[in-house]
Amino acid sequence: MKAWRWLRENAVMIAGILALLYMLTPIFVIALFSFNDPTGRYNFEWVGFTTQYWAHPFAITELTDALLVSIRLAFFTAIGATILGTLIAIALVRYQFFGRRAANLLIVIPMATPEVVIGASLLSFFLTLDVFKLGFQTLLIAHIMFSVSFVVIVVRSRLIGFDRRLEEAAQDLGANALTTFRKVTLPLIAPGVVSAALLSFALSIDDFVISNFNSGSTVTFPLYIFGANQRGIPVQVNVIATMLFAVTVIAMLVVIIQQRRAEKASAMRPEEIANKPAMSLPV
Amino acid sequence: MDLDIADGEFFTMLGPSGCGKTTTLRMIAGFEQPTTGKVLIDGTDVAGLPAYKRPTNTVFQSYALFPHMTLEENVGFGLKRKKVSKAEIKRRVADELERVGLSREAKRKPAQLSGGQQQRVALARALVNLPKVLLLDEPLGALDLKLRKGLQVQLKNIQRDVGITFVYVTHDQEEALTMSDRIAVMNAGHIEQCADPETVYDRPSTTFVAGFIGVSNLMPAVVKGSNEIEIADGPTVPSKDAGQFSTGEKCFAVVRPEKLTVSLPENAPGDQPGVDGIVESSLYLGTSTQMAIRVAEDVQMTVLVPNASEDARQHLPGGGAKVRLNWLPEHMHLVAESEADQPADDQTPTETVTEGVN
Repeated sequence: MKAWRWLRENAVMIAGILALLYMLTPIFVIALFSFNDPTGRYNFEWVGFTTQYWAHPFAITELTDALLVSIRLAFFTAIGATILGTLIAIALVRYQFFGRRAANLLIVIPMATPEVVIGASLLSFFLTLDVFKLGFQTLLIAHIMFSVSFVVIVVRSRLIGFDRRLEEAAQDLGANALTTFRKVTLPLIAPGVVSAALLSFALSIDDFVISNFNSGSTVTFPLYIFGANQRGIPVQVNVIATMLFAVTVIAMLVVIIQQRRAEKASAMRPEEIANKPAMSLPV
Repeated sequence: MDLDIADGEFFTMLGPSGCGKTTTLRMIAGFEQPTTGKVLIDGTDVAGLPAYKRPTNTVFQSYALFPHMTLEENVGFGLKRKKVSKAEIKRRVADELERVGLSREAKRKPAQLSGGQQQRVALARALVNLPKVLLLDEPLGALDLKLRKGLQVQLKNIQRDVGITFVYVTHDQEEALTMSDRIAVMNAGHIEQCADPETVYDRPSTTFVAGFIGVSNLMPAVVKGSNEIEIADGPTVPSKDAGQFSTGEKCFAVVRPEKLTVSLPENAPGDQPGVDGIVESSLYLGTSTQMAIRVAEDVQMTVLVPNASEDARQHLPGGGAKVRLNWLPEHMHLVAESEADQPADDQTPTETVTEGVN
């Protein structure tokens, strides 16, 4: 009876823990197997505990090279997509122009299109165009392309909540358009821009399907793992995956903390909204 | 619209929301461009110039303080744009924060301040640039009554100290009367009356002004001669304004609530003009009693009786009582009907705002 009651009172918490376990178990397994000491070429069965692979995470040259390619690619993707996406978002929110509504809708289409379709059509596009050699260049173009939509959506939501009076105030105090953007607009949308950059970095480093079509002979981290899967996966893959996971979590935490701080700074006091007085008569 | 604002004046644009007062202010600031007409500041036409090239600064209703900067940085923003030396910025910002009493908060961010403090920062941020004209868009509108009263006095004192032309926008007639050197009462995009507070209150020039400033105590009347009018369904009374109208013309007679006396017909002073009416309601307001008296089917007059003695208050005529309202001849003024009350006539939107003429 008592147990039943306890269960009922904590049902939400129990369900939450179960859901989290379901989501996090694969990641835990990856981390766990980075300490495995497998006998064969495959790292699928637990044999024994060792830290030897953590001691030499970069022992396999091809794997390390692939990782470096991926990091470089993700870095330039983040920069390119963030600049392009932020400018698009500003145009979409701030300016009235022909086709604005259509552009607002079209911008999400790359997110909704199956990756296989994007990858395949990009490949035929690059082959037909015959300007870029398949490899890092085409990968970068492809990655920026599919990341831009996410950047636009993140930055746009930040801009919609932006008080235009702040820009008017800056202009009123003698700042021209560029100074207003640098000193007022950009610092205030910065949290959105930073999260957008991190998001496109994560999207790029993780992409397999589109990269697989457009990589030529270049091998990225996901492509290497896929290839290695045919012959046997070295434990270093788990080690590096765990490292990447840790880095991602830390980056996410940084973004969340920064956003909290920004929200706190821009939050207006509630009394100002509540105390808007009605007209008074002189009596 | 044609408007002339003198140098160093505290000028108020007063009107209901949507009357064009904020738009006019934004045209002076440069956030909006007039379709036609000029905006002259110190004799120079600034129409067409962007906001950042104009010698004006604005205090916004929402304050629009930069949330990511400290108070110091907020106040110093304008001077920095003007390439003033660092040492001078530091000194002037400190002086300005001192003036508004926020020196100790200099390193804080706007979100850490109360509404009244934020308002003062907004004022300091604008004033520190010593603009030719300071524009204030309902700057006290978001504050509670008590705080507003205090800041009204402060604002007026600061204006007197610095001698900068203030152009103030508000819908609060009491605020306008307290602070201004001159008031422009606006309605539907045009100025109904532009005069000093006493004139606007005591001698409103149109029914709109009479109604917007204070209580609308209007009695329809017809002009009988150069110094007499006949109140509709009432007596013929003397009026020194009658000469401004032609005989037979329709107008309204205005008497402010505190200038009316109410008494039972048998006790009424016979030597003063007056009309008969019936008491509809009586409202105790603390310092005075506000009585509503119906003098004709569609004419209701408000009377404010000072609560000087409790005994007199107890003896005021109650609801339903027949009473007489009296006033001194010099307290009655005649106004013409406002244009906006009549069917709209097609006005070309020609706006000319002239400003800061010495």
